[in-house]
Amino acid sequence: MTDLTHVELRAGAYADSVTLLQVSRTVQGIEGVAAAQVAMATALNIEVLTQMGFEVPADADANAMVVALRLDDESALERALAGVDEALRDAGRRDAGPAETAPPRTTATALRGSSDGIALVSVPGASALVEAMDALDAGRDVMIFSDNVPLEQELALKRTAAGRGLLVMGPDCGTAVVGGLGLGFANTVAPGPVGIVAASGTGCQQLLALLDHAGVGVGSALGVGGRDLSADVRGLSTREAMRRLDADPAVELLVVVSKPPAEDVAAEIREYAATLDTPVEFALLGAGQADLTTAAERVLQRLGRGVPTWPVAGEAARATTGTGLRGLFVGGTLCDEAMLIAAASLGPVHSNIPLSPPTLALGPDLAAPADGAGHTMVDFGDDALTAGRAHPMIDPTLRLEHLARVAADERTAVVLLDVVLGHGSETDPAAALAPAIAAVRQPVVVAVVGTDADPQGLRRQVTALVDAGAEVHLSNAAATRRAIDLLPDTREGH
Amino acid sequence: MTTPTHVVSAGADLFADAVAEQAVAVTRVDWRPPMPGTEADLAVVAADPLRRDANQRALAAMLGVTAHLVDVAPASELLGLEPGQFLHAGPPIAWERASGPLRGALMGGAALEGLVEDPEDAVALFEKGSDVSLEPCHHRGTVGPMAGVVTPSMWMFVLEDLATGARTHCSLNEGLGKVLRYGAYGPEVLTRLRWMREVLGPLLQRAVRSTVDSTGPVDVTGILTQMLQMGDEAHNRNRAGTLMLLRDLAPAMVASGADASDVAESLRFIGGNDHFFLNLAMPACKLALDAARGIDGSTMVVAMARNGTDFGIQVAGTGDEWFTGPAQLADGLFLGDYGPDDANPDIGDSAITETAGIGGFAMATAPAIVRLVGGSVPDALATTRRMHEITLGENPRWTVPVLEFQGVPSGIDVTRVCRTGILPQINTGMAGRQAGVGQVGAGLVTPPAEIFPKALASLAERSRSRR
Repeated sequence: MTDLTHVELRAGAYADSVTLLQVSRTVQGIEGVAAAQVAMATALNIEVLTQMGFEVPADADANAMVVALRLDDESALERALAGVDEALRDAGRRDAGPAETAPPRTTATALRGSSDGIALVSVPGASALVEAMDALDAGRDVMIFSDNVPLEQELALKRTAAGRGLLVMGPDCGTAVVGGLGLGFANTVAPGPVGIVAASGTGCQQLLALLDHAGVGVGSALGVGGRDLSADVRGLSTREAMRRLDADPAVELLVVVSKPPAEDVAAEIREYAATLDTPVEFALLGAGQADLTTAAERVLQRLGRGVPTWPVAGEAARATTGTGLRGLFVGGTLCDEAMLIAAASLGPVHSNIPLSPPTLALGPDLAAPADGAGHTMVDFGDDALTAGRAHPMIDPTLRLEHLARVAADERTAVVLLDVVLGHGSETDPAAALAPAIAAVRQPVVVAVVGTDADPQGLRRQVTALVDAGAEVHLSNAAATRRAIDLLPDTREGH
Repeated sequence: MTTPTHVVSAGADLFADAVAEQAVAVTRVDWRPPMPGTEADLAVVAADPLRRDANQRALAAMLGVTAHLVDVAPASELLGLEPGQFLHAGPPIAWERASGPLRGALMGGAALEGLVEDPEDAVALFEKGSDVSLEPCHHRGTVGPMAGVVTPSMWMFVLEDLATGARTHCSLNEGLGKVLRYGAYGPEVLTRLRWMREVLGPLLQRAVRSTVDSTGPVDVTGILTQMLQMGDEAHNRNRAGTLMLLRDLAPAMVASGADASDVAESLRFIGGNDHFFLNLAMPACKLALDAARGIDGSTMVVAMARNGTDFGIQVAGTGDEWFTGPAQLADGLFLGDYGPDDANPDIGDSAITETAGIGGFAMATAPAIVRLVGGSVPDALATTRRMHEITLGENPRWTVPVLEFQGVPSGIDVTRVCRTGILPQINTGMAGRQAGVGQVGAGLVTPPAEIFPKALASLAERSRSRR
């Protein structure tokens, strides 16, 4: 191997050591250069160069730059020296590049440096507590859309919030309107005298839609998560939300809406309501209790407003085949309400979220029990059907598949559906649902929950569904009763 | 209720879009799944009722400490170190697993103490093991750069928190190249160490003591504040700090009555060693972080240290437990003919600077250091900003001019590291893999990722047991 070395001193030349390390590395990469060391001729560097086998001139001192090259062949020298000059010149310059600020990676860092604002968490359930706790640590309210959050984590969050006077909306909170700002799946409504506390996302949306139709606005609708009035959570968030709305002078009437609550908790909340200055109307679903539409009518009456006729479009024909009512819902509370109404006149209803006895639970295929002529209602928004996939108000695939199966089942007499509009929902749910309905030979009744100002356009959606053959109601309770009425008149035959 | 003026959205973009459509400002969190298998422990620790206040206390304790240089004295006097006792950097380790540079430094240390004539003979001494003992610097209120070997006759800086009397220690810096802390143990290394023992140490003791008596102890934390505004990040660049220390001590050194040529040689040695101040920055950082130790529920890292084989961290809420994983190889530039194959894995207690928010965490204030890995000035800014993602707060004293005087990111939070997968950025020197080689380069390195989930699991376990 040829071993050609070249050492030169550049008196008065200077660059800092880091730059020179870089220059050395660059020059080392030039073809024909075996080793390169460009350095200030300090004692240490001279020692290093000597070890590398370079002979450094005796007059080298720390104020000189030494360029030491070991070359594979002599022809590389010119190229190498040009490379040294170029690297030294370039070392002083860099592409400035924008010093961009990367987006925050946690809710905590995103909340830094702003004195107000709230957090909206929709990460997978296993990570929801961690993000939400960031908000509570920063003294902010938080809405948790995420579902599949373990109960003990919900309790930990709500207890922490209660100790700090903060509000946790959720987990599994689908809807909130905070001072007019819609969060999650929220309908566009005008501000007004009503304040809603909702342990139910779609129950809240049903109220918003009905009140909007009646010309009554809602200032705030604070979701608290479907488990808030359970025996475990005991209304921790409901109380804080009621306290907030009671303190809001714009709220003339407070409405508490919930999926079927634990009885003793409901009683406690009623007691708490009695201590507030603002009157409270309750819409707590349950056997023998008022449905959501009735609750909306009471609200209107208490405000001294007229109760309108709830709109219906299209007309479905009475069923002529089959025996069973099949409800396919994206809204959990709408499903609960339909089951309560249906159970009162039809008897037990099978469901993936059965009202009472677990014997009514559907299997994972969601199919009606093979024996008999039972009625079924499925909530496609249940945790078990959303783990690892989007909510059916965003991704309708599962329900559309099931709808096709239900239509092909000769036991199916009437199909009952819901469509929930608002921010966050599918941009045009009728686009996929209307053709699917058109392919169903059984009568189809749909509750379309929404307002004219919603991004999807209530009228446009209703028209598309009616054109496909459905009968469309604004009231879910009315839709359910109508679907029951359309069942073939064979009930006495059982 | 008033309409929120700002929404922070973590998760589905469509909800953030919906907020934006309603003309309300929205900040989108770039959320990504946490380190694998950490979800359950993260939830337990986040829900720990002690955590928030414990972290606030830990951060405040760290930021509340100011370190002053109060004395210089031999380790035998200060730490009660006896012949045959050796301190080293990083978590505990035995000779069998010790890396080349740590072995080299121990061999040189044995020769310095006269346990052996020739450093090579020390191998048998350490293999036998009965006449020697190894202990981490951190266990004796000390930090050591690189190999961090401390022997009884070495002179140490003494830093004190004047408010509490708490103290930390560090040896005197030998300079760069062939030095003991990089694992070199040749005659020139031992000659220099003997000169430091006979001349530099005693002179500094006189100068420091007379400075304490006349103008008061040197405010090391104050020098750190200034040097961060002068292009030093206080780990790989200590140039301004060294010169400010010299400015503070030189009058007393000159007036000490010591031999003029010894004074001149000492001044030349300190002024010619850009890293001299590192050995004050490190114990200052340790002094601050020690104040945060032993706070139940706190997830703040109080030490990051490497012994050349293992990288270990200690956490405020987990006592003296070390969480360790394999030390990594730095990415950087090499001296002379050296290359990646010559480098030893990460070594030294100097990552205490990053633990306290400087070094790699303050990269933005020392853009020159970024070139060690071929980076750019925007990289330096991005690095410091990125470290804010994994830290509990900012240091109001130590600020970065180019970031509008934002405080350096302070208080590494184990949970944030696990959540974001962002690892602490450490600036470091590289020691040769073989004992005796010395420094081969400098660069950037991170801890092994797995030690953070380990620490998190211990925090979660403690939290569960408190329920």
